[in-house]
Amino acid sequence: MNETIRGLLVKFGNLPVSVDQLQDDSDLYTAGLSSFASVQVMLGIEEAFDVEFPDTMLNRRSFASIAAIEGCVRLLTDREAA
Amino acid sequence: MNVAVVIPDTSLETRARRVAAVAARQADAVDARACFPREAVDTMIAERLLGIQIPVSLGGEGAGFAEIAEVCSILGQACAASAMVFAMHHIKLSSLVEHGLESPWHTQFMRRIAAEQLLLGSATTEGGIGGNLRNSICAAEVAGGICRLEKDATVISYGDHADAILITSRAHADAVSTDQVMTVFLKDQYTLEKTHVWDTLGMRGTCSDGFLFRGVAPAEQIFPKPFAEIAAQSMLAASHLLWSGVWYGIAADAVARAQAFVRAAARKTPGTTPPGALRLAEVSTMLQTVRSNIVAGLKAYEEAKADPERLSSMGFSVAMNNVKLCSSETILAIVNHAMLICGIMGYKNGTPFSLGRHLRDVHSAQLMISNDRILSNVASMLLVHKLDNSLLG
Ligand SMILES: Cc1cc2nc3c(=O)[nH]c(=O)nc-3n(C[C@H](O)[C@H](O)[C@H](O)COP(=O)(O)OP(=O)(O)OC[C@H]3O[C@@H](n4cnc5c(N)ncnc54)[C@H](O)[C@@H]3O)c2cc1C
Repeated sequence: MNETIRGLLVKFGNLPVSVDQLQDDSDLYTAGLSSFASVQVMLGIEEAFDVEFPDTMLNRRSFASIAAIEGCVRLLTDREAA
Repeated sequence: MNVAVVIPDTSLETRARRVAAVAARQADAVDARACFPREAVDTMIAERLLGIQIPVSLGGEGAGFAEIAEVCSILGQACAASAMVFAMHHIKLSSLVEHGLESPWHTQFMRRIAAEQLLLGSATTEGGIGGNLRNSICAAEVAGGICRLEKDATVISYGDHADAILITSRAHADAVSTDQVMTVFLKDQYTLEKTHVWDTLGMRGTCSDGFLFRGVAPAEQIFPKPFAEIAAQSMLAASHLLWSGVWYGIAADAVARAQAFVRAAARKTPGTTPPGALRLAEVSTMLQTVRSNIVAGLKAYEEAKADPERLSSMGFSVAMNNVKLCSSETILAIVNHAMLICGIMGYKNGTPFSLGRHLRDVHSAQLMISNDRILSNVASMLLVHKLDNSLLG
């Protein structure tokens, strides 16, 4: 999952730094993630994991770091499985 | 400035109406000469309206956005420039009230604003960036507890008249363009070199000249929170709701003039309905739409206020952006309609039904953070955010 998310950040994140250099808990906004790019990454994740972000997850905190995104996706995939 | 005037115990509305009376008297001259509405702002100071948003514990009155928007509307009916100065001051003040309480310097500064009725200016717009306020080129240089900043600030309303300027920049020299901070600089901590003169179609009295800003201040004057959070959690709502309050005021005054015109005609020819009456009915529905939209926005803000998570959610941004889009577009149609009703008497300057100033002033609304820019942000969010279809929200 971490790999897929990193791959989507490379593809859609439009970050001025290399995604490899980011720690799982690095702040993505400080790294340069724009709100437009975050939407593109979200769409990529929805497609890759076949999930839909509920509105309660559509805020800055959900996309603040790779770990935060992973947490959201895990919550959503667990919910689907249950 | 410390104005030693004893204010009788009266409501905010009464105080706002006293300012509006002064603002209305000077509105045409302020517009014609593109000069700062000094008397209206001095009366705001005398009525102590610049500190109303500050918590009571710090010497203010703890007024919420709804009360402040009402004052914006009352002033907007008299003089759009005076109303916009008041609105922009309170938009900046909302950043302090919502995000400055954890910081001793900002808390003390709020006490000073309330006591001395200081006027706050704003410098987000930058040469090469335009209205994309979540990006900066300039960077704060912090060393030895001192913050230095130079910014090509292409629009700073009443820059020459502000007592302090709240200005955005990148957080440090290596920060990416979206990693921003906002800093308060006091008047004696900066110089402004004029680069553009504000000679515009409307909103002329806001004196929104361009300046090269150079400031040096203690680093504790930088807001402790990233600007991205300030922008999302208070500035977006404050700007769209308080600007809309001003714009509603301009449109409401235009409709009042049109109604006076129709009623005067009706009284001259009892028994017949004047030709403008139908258009007046039509324009009243548009005005009601704008009002309801702003009131709903104010309610949504009140409900979300306590929860930073909700304030920074997409649903909330979409709602606030839509308030701005609706009011800025509809007021143009409203003033135009009022002009059709009043005819030449509306087109001409110096009649009781003149609408030229209103029409020119409302044209600024769509450009004040370009509606195209806002629409494209909403468009992007709607790719993932699903609209709430319930009636009552
Ligand atoms: C009365 C008034 C007072 C103001 N006071 C202040 C102040 O005190 N402090 C301050 O900092 N600023 C102030 N501003 C400036 C304001 O906040 C905006 O920054 C400014 O109006 C935008 O300027 P612009 O049209 O040159 O720039 P841009 O935002 O760059 O827009 C230029 C044009 O490009 C198009 N465009 C650009 N980007 C996009 C996009 N992503 N999507 C679609 N279209 C796009 C738009 O159609 C727009 O017309 C004031 C403005 C007004 C009207």
